[in-house]
Amino acid sequence: MTVIEDVVSPPATGIRPRGVSRREGWQRRLPLLPALIYTIVVTQIPFLFTLWYSFQNYFWNQPGGAHWTGLSNYKEVFTDPSFRNAIVKSVTMTAIAVIVAMLLGIAVAVLLDKKFLGRGVVRTLIITPFLVMPAAAALVWAGPMLDPNFGLVNYLLEPFGVHHVAWLSTHAYGSVVLVMIWEWTPFMILIVLAGLQGQATDVLEAAKVDGASAWATFRELTLPHLRPYIELGILLGSIYLVNAFDQVRLMTNGGPGTETTTLPFFLYQKVNYAFDVGGSAAAGVVTVVLTIIVASFALRLFARVFQFEEAG
Amino acid sequence: MTEITATDAPGRTSRRARNRARELTGKTGWTVLGWVVGIVFFLPVLWMVITAFKPESAAETWPPKFVFSPTLAQFRLVFSGMGPYIEHSAIATAGSTILVLVLAVPAAYALAIRPVRRWRDGLFFFISTKMLPIVAAIAPLYVIALKTHLLDTIWVLIILYAAMNLPLAIWMIRSFMLEVPTEMLEAARLDGAGRIREIIEVIMPVVVPGVVSTALICVIFAWNELFLALNLTVTNAATMPMFLISSVPQEGLYIAHLSAAATVASVPVIIVGWIAQRSLVRGLSMGAIK
Repeated sequence: MTVIEDVVSPPATGIRPRGVSRREGWQRRLPLLPALIYTIVVTQIPFLFTLWYSFQNYFWNQPGGAHWTGLSNYKEVFTDPSFRNAIVKSVTMTAIAVIVAMLLGIAVAVLLDKKFLGRGVVRTLIITPFLVMPAAAALVWAGPMLDPNFGLVNYLLEPFGVHHVAWLSTHAYGSVVLVMIWEWTPFMILIVLAGLQGQATDVLEAAKVDGASAWATFRELTLPHLRPYIELGILLGSIYLVNAFDQVRLMTNGGPGTETTTLPFFLYQKVNYAFDVGGSAAAGVVTVVLTIIVASFALRLFARVFQFEEAG
Repeated sequence: MTEITATDAPGRTSRRARNRARELTGKTGWTVLGWVVGIVFFLPVLWMVITAFKPESAAETWPPKFVFSPTLAQFRLVFSGMGPYIEHSAIATAGSTILVLVLAVPAAYALAIRPVRRWRDGLFFFISTKMLPIVAAIAPLYVIALKTHLLDTIWVLIILYAAMNLPLAIWMIRSFMLEVPTEMLEAARLDGAGRIREIIEVIMPVVVPGVVSTALICVIFAWNELFLALNLTVTNAATMPMFLISSVPQEGLYIAHLSAAATVASVPVIIVGWIAQRSLVRGLSMGAIK
């Protein structure tokens, strides 16, 4: 039985925190503190440094260390067309990959919800792309799969009139998105499948008795039921995919040109090839601000999704 | 599925037979479609494994070879070169996962069983750190690691992987702790059980399977991580994903060797994932879906 848990109501177990004594309050807080302090130190302090460096002129390959430059790094970031390009690439790639993965995910999940011979094995095969090390997947797609001269994809597409296409140079953007979709569709399938299996069968039976068509039943009953699951899948998929780095670094190296230069890769390049700590920090701060804006919506969605006490 | 019960009138028998026939052909249709989809998804993985058993000369041919005499030569090469990398990966993965559990279990307790006053804010703080793009802080992380002499050590990976997986682990373990029956907790308290006894005797038995599956999910993410390793380690702590990159040379044939390396690097996590299949959904949804 699949249930989406309720984060908003107080937990079922335990005593209400209100009205506890001060001593009791600290006893309750104590087990939380190590994780809280750890997370603050490890994840927040580096961002304070990022903020500080964003006002510094600091190149690793230049002597003299860092010195204050005010807002000039930000001026550069906002006038840099390649930064804007990176934002656009990141947003569109994530959106396309997540949406296509979700549509495929729904279709395959509906299929896996049917009883058929070897369903367990098929399910196991289908989740495997999500488990393969992303670096391994990127390199295998770039080489054995998509190589223009001996790749399997060109061989399989030859009957359809495709002849030795150099996918990574002529269709770089699409190739990277394809691999992202391949990796993340299994994730969407698992989430949607959990939703489908949590749907009450008597409602579907009733619809069938009433003579509703399969498509109408799906649209009117199943889809609304799946909504929180779909939202959760899109949200989590976006969080991970917007940070996707391995595919870009190992398949196209951001190219050709800046065709596949996403934000993570752009920042990586700025630090590793241009040695520009200040500039990358300013770009990082802008990225974080944009993320916070999006994340505040995402967190609200999260709170709402987790409110569905029973999705059935 | 439609069920026809004992109320069948005799005249319905032929219709039932027809129904069953239709159901059976329907089932065959779904079976064929299901397997086709499964194989399409699995094909790149299968091709990786097949290519790993080829001699290099048979891996780069047109048309691709499906029949060849398999060899273990590539695997031998991989095994002889991956020693330090797989060791670093194993230590970073195990170390960070243990650290995550040590921090996450008490934290989940404080957010579920005896909740702190603003436990919701706590939960959402942890999840919000998951949304911050770590790439934005990579230069400062490098400088901090350099200054603290952690650069190119396994410690830097253990520390950062633990921070990366901690929110997920807290959310997931908390969702398991919420399943501890209230009556059991109350009974233990009436018996005068202290906090320690309550944890050991009442909570742990219910939560342990959940903690194990949480650990498996953390293992998957830590094992597969490339970005931090690539930026913060060189040789002393280089991990398996970096071994893969090093197996792609500037020139010469490498496809079979790469495939063998990719297979070896991926297999541990694929097996862990297959084992943890049932709890995968719960882990990936941070405990939202059970």
